[in-house]
Amino acid sequence: MTAAGPAAALLDRARSGDRRALGRLLTLVERRDATASGLGDLVHPHAPGDAPVIGVTGAPGTGKSTLVGHLVKEIAAAGEQPAVLAVDPSSPLSGGAILGDRIRMDGVAGGRAFIRSMATRGHAGGLALAVPDALRLFEACGFGPLIVETVGVGQVEVDVTRTADTTVVMVAPGMGDAVQANKSGLLEVADVLVVNKADRPGADDVRRDLEHMLDLGHITGATQHWRPEIIMTTATTGEGTLKVHQAIQAHRSHLASTGQLEARRHARIRQEVLDGIAQYLDAAVAHLLSTQPAELQDALEGSQTPAAAAAKISKRLLSNQPAAQRQAR
Amino acid sequence: MAVATEAPIRVVLAKLGLDGHDRGLKVVARMLRDAGMEVIYLGLRQTTESVIAAVEQEDADVIGLSMHNAGHMALAPRMLQALADSELDVPVVIGGIVPEEDVAALKDVGISAVLHPGASALEVADAVRRSVA
Repeated sequence: MTAAGPAAALLDRARSGDRRALGRLLTLVERRDATASGLGDLVHPHAPGDAPVIGVTGAPGTGKSTLVGHLVKEIAAAGEQPAVLAVDPSSPLSGGAILGDRIRMDGVAGGRAFIRSMATRGHAGGLALAVPDALRLFEACGFGPLIVETVGVGQVEVDVTRTADTTVVMVAPGMGDAVQANKSGLLEVADVLVVNKADRPGADDVRRDLEHMLDLGHITGATQHWRPEIIMTTATTGEGTLKVHQAIQAHRSHLASTGQLEARRHARIRQEVLDGIAQYLDAAVAHLLSTQPAELQDALEGSQTPAAAAAKISKRLLSNQPAAQRQAR
Repeated sequence: MAVATEAPIRVVLAKLGLDGHDRGLKVVARMLRDAGMEVIYLGLRQTTESVIAAVEQEDADVIGLSMHNAGHMALAPRMLQALADSELDVPVVIGGIVPEEDVAALKDVGISAVLHPGASALEVADAVRRSVA
């Protein structure tokens, strides 16, 4: 690929510590253009997937960025080189975004990490599409552990668990009772549970509800292999954040000793292949529909249902036949 | 699914030094967001070093500095010098309380645009777009 020339030069620079080159490469990765796909092949040999990936997720305003700032500090103090991907939502209307995680992290982390803010750019699930590629790039440049902070999430945005080895879920007081705690979704994917704003009233109630939730998981077997530790923190002061770091390390040791690290890595790669196929198909479908196939016309005119049109078009797409009755637009 | 044909402009927004008036900066952040840009919001009490670190790591296209403490004639050139020292070619747009008689001087030293209080959302977005064009 001819476009790989400048990317290769940038990668060399980035791998020898040039942060600006790394910043530029992350932009290429975010654009997901042809240059970036050539870049993927260049990065691949340098990114075996050994760098620990820590996911931090939770509702908006629970203190994710502030906690990440502390984690960066702890990781750097342990002599390692952390890098952070901080994801915030893009506007569905304008496509713009306010990326406001760095402002919380910098004060605590004091320049000890490479921090990149990333907008979701239309991707649902709590992360941006470019996250896996960006993480590989970080690893290729010698960073690790890597921290991914999701957008502020609700109950179902659990993409981060497919990306991270260890998922830290943050909650804060005032977000609901024991029934909330037992709903499906975010809380059940936690490897480490953090109750932040522990100085606020109600924090102990949250802890109790979470303990009960985990107890019930013990009865059903959901937590038989790993019971997440619940850690109380006040991220603004740093209270409890060292314990979070220790819990993350403990979880990683658990993964390594039980062979799950490898299993998770395989699941991750599998998911990426799946995502890649989905993207490819999305583009193919969009292209197919833009040719105004006869089935679409029929659905528009009401002579068949949208579902029937979709089924026929899909069959044709998967059998790899070209659009048969292409009409002039 | 959104097609990333054109990547959004990435803007680092900050206030340098001791200047606590960040309401204007927050308004500008919102204006640029609604104009389809990605705003890396650094906010208060930044230094030229922290801005440069952010610009490098975020690969920003443009820097927006808000100035309400009458320090613009010292701080703006200092920012430009720091950028030059780091061999970074990133335009700087200033917004805030800047007397009309200082505008020419600021542009002479290399500030791309100066926005005054009351600038419309359209003017703000245009100034940023023109600075990176």
